[in-house]
Amino acid sequence: MPELAINQGVELRNAQLELHRFRVRLAIAFVLVLAVFALLAGRFFYLQVVRHGELHTLAEANRISIVPVVPNRGIIVDRNGTVLAHNYSAYTLEIQPAKVADLERTVDELATVVEIGARDRRRFKRLMEESKGIGSLPIRTRLSDEEIARFAANRYRFPGVEINARLFRQYPQGEVFSHVVGHIGRINQRELDQLEADDRLANYRGTDYIGKTGLEQSYEPALHGTTGVEEVEVDSGGRAVRTLSRTPPVSGNNIVLKLDAQLQEIAYNAFGKFRGALVAIEPATGGVLAFVSKPGFDPNLFVEGIDPQNWSELNNSPDRPMVNRALAGTYPPGSTFKPYMALAALTAGKRTPQQTISDPGFYNFGGHVFRDDKVGGHGLVDMYKSIVVSCDTYYYTLANDLGIDIISRFMALLGLGSTTGLDIKGEATGVLPSQEWKRQRYRRPEQQKWYAGETISVGIGQGYNAYTPVQLAGAIATIANDGVMYRPHIVNYVEDIRSRERTAVEPNPLRTLPVKPEHLEVVKQALIGVNKEGTGARAFAGAGYVSAGKTGTAQVIGLKGEKYVESRTHERHRDHALFIAYAPADAPKIALAVIVENSGFGARYAAPIARAVMDYYLLGKVPTPPKPDKPEEETGDSRD
Amino acid sequence: MNPAIRRLGGYLTRHVDGLLLGAVVTLMVVGIGVLFSASNASVVRVSAQLMNMLIALGTMWVFANIPPQHLRRLALPLYVLGVLLLVGVALFGEIANGARRWLNVGITRIQPSELMKIAVPLAMAWYFDRHETALRLGNYFVGAVMLLVPVALIVRQPDLGTAMLISASGFFVLFLAGLSWRVIIGLMIAGVAALPLVWSLLHDYQRQRLLTLVDPSQDPLGAGYHTIQSTIAVGSGGVLGKGWMNGTQTHLDFIPERTTDFIFAVFSEEFGLLGNTVLLLLFLFVIARGMVITANASSLFARLLAGAITLTFFTYAFVNMGMVSGILPVVGVPLPLISYGGTSLVSICLGMGILMSIATHKKLVQT
Repeated sequence: MPELAINQGVELRNAQLELHRFRVRLAIAFVLVLAVFALLAGRFFYLQVVRHGELHTLAEANRISIVPVVPNRGIIVDRNGTVLAHNYSAYTLEIQPAKVADLERTVDELATVVEIGARDRRRFKRLMEESKGIGSLPIRTRLSDEEIARFAANRYRFPGVEINARLFRQYPQGEVFSHVVGHIGRINQRELDQLEADDRLANYRGTDYIGKTGLEQSYEPALHGTTGVEEVEVDSGGRAVRTLSRTPPVSGNNIVLKLDAQLQEIAYNAFGKFRGALVAIEPATGGVLAFVSKPGFDPNLFVEGIDPQNWSELNNSPDRPMVNRALAGTYPPGSTFKPYMALAALTAGKRTPQQTISDPGFYNFGGHVFRDDKVGGHGLVDMYKSIVVSCDTYYYTLANDLGIDIISRFMALLGLGSTTGLDIKGEATGVLPSQEWKRQRYRRPEQQKWYAGETISVGIGQGYNAYTPVQLAGAIATIANDGVMYRPHIVNYVEDIRSRERTAVEPNPLRTLPVKPEHLEVVKQALIGVNKEGTGARAFAGAGYVSAGKTGTAQVIGLKGEKYVESRTHERHRDHALFIAYAPADAPKIALAVIVENSGFGARYAAPIARAVMDYYLLGKVPTPPKPDKPEEETGDSRD
Repeated sequence: MNPAIRRLGGYLTRHVDGLLLGAVVTLMVVGIGVLFSASNASVVRVSAQLMNMLIALGTMWVFANIPPQHLRRLALPLYVLGVLLLVGVALFGEIANGARRWLNVGITRIQPSELMKIAVPLAMAWYFDRHETALRLGNYFVGAVMLLVPVALIVRQPDLGTAMLISASGFFVLFLAGLSWRVIIGLMIAGVAALPLVWSLLHDYQRQRLLTLVDPSQDPLGAGYHTIQSTIAVGSGGVLGKGWMNGTQTHLDFIPERTTDFIFAVFSEEFGLLGNTVLLLLFLFVIARGMVITANASSLFARLLAGAITLTFFTYAFVNMGMVSGILPVVGVPLPLISYGGTSLVSICLGMGILMSIATHKKLVQT
């Protein structure tokens, strides 16, 4: 069968051809496979060799979480070790708003488990607004053991809510030290920006609090410490698996003050019902022994964020407890200005101690009558008497003779009208009147001109004069220290909590007054005379030490020719009482300035406070509880 | 040796291809090792996978002993059954994870698209073998229709990954059956031209996957997360890897699906470029062996089937490794013989069994 054979032959050849073509296609497929595997190999090489470093870093970043460990804040103690600010550990109930769907409802449900008051809610709301809901915010602090147990049993109901052990700042002395020690509070955006600008932000990772006022603010870098770091391995859910390494935090340094807590408290209480300020300085070093601004406030309210109700109470109180009077309050010095005027006149050669004037009880300057407090005048007055009895007329003429330029130049040397450099922020400069000051202060040419009559008011510490109690204390301390002025400072030394190494705030002499010792001696003798036989004599009767002082009364509002009668004047318009003093007179250990707002005569209200402070500081006398305040009848005393 | 045992041994190994078996078992051993690490030393997982492997190897042995001509007879019925089931899925299927893939047949739920992975190349090989003597363009057209009907049904479910794999296996059959180059190139051009149309037909999540491939950082916590984390795992492995059980991406739970579709990221992180190269060579060995078997197969049916199985195996490996290393979109394709899961293991080994059968039955057929 040839046909079949041919067919078979064709078929066989076709089959051969087909098989060949198939194998070619298979070979092409295999080349494709090799090409694709080469592509894969290339990709592996690219990822595992070329980009290995970068991807390895990413893997490490994935698994390692850097957890900051917040250092313990340093504590603040007074010179005797009395604690003024410290930390205690307590449990807080905290909410992470980002993880909670319905905040309102969660808080309501939490309230069924743990007591949550209206104040807690208000404070939480305020924190929410301030933090914009970022982080973990406390809804309740200081949980009791029972509350912790109750929450733990119900924990599953509250995702995003947890209990944390935290260190809290506490100020055991409360309002007495509120304006010295200050307080901390939650870091706000402005402070964050500042920290970033100062390149300190990294050290504040994990830290929620920062010093807001007082020493807590000015010594923030020392108190805060160094934040530690824990390298924690985390899984993709962010849960910590194990700790890889730990750099422990370094606790903040402790701060030891020059301040004497007991002295501070005695001074604070000595004000009784009055508002005011007192600054006491150790003349030889500038160390601040007491720093009172009354009323104060409870700084503990601010630590966890103050609730709006307390906040508005503090802010709207007519007593203005939030104002640091010692630092930022400015007052006319009144007659406490006179010893400096006398010293200026001696130094300028415009007066000798022996020169006397006859005081008729007023001073006529170009038709304008400046009255002395004492009707009929003090008679013949020399420099000593002018200070002891606080004769206005003497200083009216003296001021006119000196002129404003000499006065302002000399007062500037005493630190009046400029910040003292105290180690708390927020110091006011006050006003030291001068021609230059007036030119800058006023816009209209007729207002910019200095009038000679204005010099006369300035001469008795009135007029434009306005100084802070810190400046007034600094000035009298300078006199007490024979003209050598030190920068006042509250902190004695900073102590490293581990090495116990102390870094002292060194006494820092600012300047020495260009005055002759014999001139200084004249003024100092007169100041002693004030407390012995003058306006301060009653307050210092029977003191076991020789003291020097000067009373002052600063007018709050000008009285146009009327006789000032304390009992008839509205309380807020009454005069401020002032007193500057130092003791012991021969080797002063304490110098101070007191101002009692709207009380009346300096001799009656301010001097006794100074006496109480000095009695304790020099003799260790603790005052007996104050007697009930009984109004004294008008005695017709001099106002100074 | 006892002649009885010898005879039993002979019976057991008669249709087993030693080279292929060696490569498959080696890959399985590697797979168990990686799974042990990926599952955080889960004894439950590892023993379940060992069980899967035994079943898979048993399946392989069974299919190695079925002569190709028996399979040829099964081809059409299996294909028809598969298409009917797919239609059933489309009409009565159960929805899981947003896709209608499962069919409840009373006793159990089945996924007919898995069956089609083998039924489509089987049926197409049967069809071309039947018309071997006079293949015309029309035959390729019919073959294409045989492929596109089930693919269209699977795309609708939607299950893009499986549809793509079945398309690939069907295309391999068309290609090896001698589809004209002109048609292939024409189709490629048409395919590129049709891309916008395909794009418009895709589901949002499918589009998202493709977009994510271009730029994973667009959506680092959503669609791009898988790719970013697996790429980091692969890259951080470096040349030598972090060592077995030491992959941080793996053990800290950054790699999703790390025992199944993304197990290659675990392997790559712990064994590095060196391990990857070895793994690529092992896969290449299986493919090369499959191609040798294909080239020497005795009938067109056997050749087409063996070629399709081999190239599909290759496609699995490539798509999976490409996806993990970030050059292909994320599709649900396991790494053959390594990924955890019984279904893929059994279907891969079933293919290997058919390859063995083709390798060892040719002489019997010829005689």
